[in-house]
Amino acid sequence: MPRTVPARWRLAAAALVVAPALALTACAGPGTAAGGAPSADAGTPVEGGTLRFALGASPSGVDPQQVGSNVSIYIARQLADSLTDQDPETGEIKPWLATSWEVSDDLTQFTFHLRDDVTFSDGTPLTATTVKANFDALTGPLGASAPLAASYLAGYQETKVVDEHTVTVVFAAANAQFLQASSTVTLAILSDATATADPAARLQGKVVGSGPFVLKSYTQDQGAVITKRADYAWASGVADHEGAAYVDEIDFSIVPESGVRAGGLASGQFDAVGDVLPQDVQQISGAGGSLLTRTNPGVVFVLQPNVASGPLADVAVRRAVSQAINRQELVDTVLSDAFKPATSVLASTTPGYVDLSKDLAFDADAATAALDAAGWAKGADGVREKDGQKLSFDVIYAPNFTGSQAVLELVQQQLRAVGVELELRQLTQAEQTAAQKSGDYDTYYYNVTRADGDILRPQFGVQGSNLNKRGADPVLDGLLAGELTQADAAARADAIGKAQEAVLDQVYAIPLFELAQSIGVAKDVHGVTFDASSRLLFHDAWIAGK
Amino acid sequence: MTRYVLGRVLAAAAVLWAAFTVSFVVLYLLPSDPVSVMLDNASAGQSVDPAQVAALRARYGFDQGPLQQYLSQLGHTLTGDLGTSLSSGAPVRELIGQALPQTAALAGLALVIAVVVGGGVALLASWTRSDRLRGLLLALPPLGVAVPGFWVGLLLLQLFSFRWYWFPAVGNEGFASLVLPAVTLAIPASASVAQVLAQGLDAAWRSPYVETALAKGATRTRVLTRHVVRNAVLPALTVLGVLVGHLLAGSVVAETVFSRQGFGRLVEEAVTVQDIPVVQGLVVVAAVVFVLVNLLVDLAYPLLDPRIDLTAAAGRGLLRLPRRSRSAGVPGRAAVPAAPAELRSAA
Repeated sequence: MPRTVPARWRLAAAALVVAPALALTACAGPGTAAGGAPSADAGTPVEGGTLRFALGASPSGVDPQQVGSNVSIYIARQLADSLTDQDPETGEIKPWLATSWEVSDDLTQFTFHLRDDVTFSDGTPLTATTVKANFDALTGPLGASAPLAASYLAGYQETKVVDEHTVTVVFAAANAQFLQASSTVTLAILSDATATADPAARLQGKVVGSGPFVLKSYTQDQGAVITKRADYAWASGVADHEGAAYVDEIDFSIVPESGVRAGGLASGQFDAVGDVLPQDVQQISGAGGSLLTRTNPGVVFVLQPNVASGPLADVAVRRAVSQAINRQELVDTVLSDAFKPATSVLASTTPGYVDLSKDLAFDADAATAALDAAGWAKGADGVREKDGQKLSFDVIYAPNFTGSQAVLELVQQQLRAVGVELELRQLTQAEQTAAQKSGDYDTYYYNVTRADGDILRPQFGVQGSNLNKRGADPVLDGLLAGELTQADAAARADAIGKAQEAVLDQVYAIPLFELAQSIGVAKDVHGVTFDASSRLLFHDAWIAGK
Repeated sequence: MTRYVLGRVLAAAAVLWAAFTVSFVVLYLLPSDPVSVMLDNASAGQSVDPAQVAALRARYGFDQGPLQQYLSQLGHTLTGDLGTSLSSGAPVRELIGQALPQTAALAGLALVIAVVVGGGVALLASWTRSDRLRGLLLALPPLGVAVPGFWVGLLLLQLFSFRWYWFPAVGNEGFASLVLPAVTLAIPASASVAQVLAQGLDAAWRSPYVETALAKGATRTRVLTRHVVRNAVLPALTVLGVLVGHLLAGSVVAETVFSRQGFGRLVEEAVTVQDIPVVQGLVVVAAVVFVLVNLLVDLAYPLLDPRIDLTAAAGRGLLRLPRRSRSAGVPGRAAVPAAPAELRSAA
């Protein structure tokens, strides 16, 4: 998910740090996008050249296993390969460092057969012990610094070295999501030396992987330069070509202002830029550039209600609220073509997604009727009341995504039309974390990126973060527990599909819209692609005329 | 003189201690602890083993009580150890050490531009006999303060980088990359300089010694350069001390718009992710810079104006300026001996 700056926080801090001065900062936000689908790249790839990429925010580091933000992954993903890859079109798991694998029937043992020709950029070979060293470190010393990896490896017991190029990863309980997790950048395989290195040093650049690019330099808050590995020859089946990358070098700089990114691209100072805002699309297309967009898989942007108290404790009210929201209008009015209205709690690019648009149709009349029937009558100010209580609730949100405020303001208007009051509470990341613990919110607005339907379990399972603050729900909890132990892919997809229905049945989430990535590329740049998690890959990228 | 300097240094130390303490209290009182924020950023909302959270908290010392944390941090800060960044794991001293020279270059150039442009505007307005030109020039400072730096920066970029390709839009490489952000930063600073200097010059022009000098046949230019400027420069110097603070704060905007590495960007980044050790380190360093500059300004007064008697004020630790000498038409006691001395050279 893109990361932005809470303007309030920045102002406060600027005032704090430099007391006598007044700093006015505008919001430097990565975010929304517009434009069409990536066009087919015509012509024969050309080798050479430097691709200059402007990131919208600062990476938190370059260690594939520790970073979580999109911009960090844009760099880190190029440095390392994973055991498997995931086809962004089909969601299928494909060979990468592992040529094949077997999964035990009880989903506790995953055996991977590794390629025998892979070397890391320090010259050391990929062996079974390397994989073991990586997973042992991720569940040991690195654990707290790599929380996402730790959650993918929950229940990890050991990695058995079967022979030089075969490993078996063993879990205490069934872990159906692990195979997809093995394709993520978070579980990328790094060299033996890196696996045991200090986590902080790794974040700062002490990272050796087997990827198509090697880190040349990284300066925090300034940028990174990566150079191609001429002897790379083990791209996954998902890539267009197997050998070394086409461009010699990629120069990432951090450009927080979207207008500067777009202007820089249009004036030829960048070859590609991240987080293009709708207002900058014209400048990019005017200069012959184009826009690449892809919907992020995972949980769409939702309002997740706290069902423990207040009017939203009533499922009839929650359903009426959901019916009163016109999702198409959100996209048409305040977002852009790149975005889609939510048609389930999962985004359409998530494996296991089911289209539940019939449950998310806009129907203000039905919402009005339901609220009338539930005894909520309109008061003098137009807001419904019942037993002296107003039909009013708040939403907490962190400004992680530039379009959020506008989206929520429009939702506010739409709800107002049926006599429901929505109060917007923008919080900093820190305040939001605190509110999450205390339960001091009526609805929680967020999204999560993950290219596997298992993301429902941590977000909606009663054992997960339980943002709903709900009690047991045998139907949903049963489906989520079952999904994780289901070996049969079709049966697992079925459970994930039913879980989406169960979430909407009880309105544990009010889905709004699907987040999309939007990347601007200059007219000479081809072959920049998205992986299954909608993060960028540069292995197939080339620049015409270089 | 020694007592005065000693008093100033002690006062400076007190300011630094206060800056550290206030920022510690504010940061400590934030609703969420930094480890949770850090994990929240990294884990994309997935649950994390509580034992690992506790381990991480212990590693950074967040498991201790507030007083213990305060004392241990204060001790480390006094020895120059500002801790390590939570988000990157790099030593805070190193991060600030990398950022500060970039911002120093930027702020330095901006200060030079501010003094030259701001001083030039004020002097020209003071020297000219055309009321129209004078009015025009004096309208500039309010305008310079009013336009948002953010907007100016984007405007400069559109023209000089995206349209005419004169300067790079981003980066820290070379002098060319310094020009546009320095100009952005210098606009409000030159406005302050021009405003204060123009007022000082205006007051000085109305002093009796100006009339005397003119009566003795000195030219307008000579009166301006020999007498008026010397008397008007003191308040402008005071403003310079404050300006350094403004420039540091302005670097948040300038460095963000122009994608430069430096103090301001570091502030913005650290605050966003609630990287408490970095924020705390930045507060301390900013306070040190600010206190040092103001100390230098204080010490420079007597060099510029011998009427200022530091020893007399030392007892109270305060600097007594001959304020009335600058007010129009009413020569202060201290001003009386100075004016004839200057007039002798004018005649």
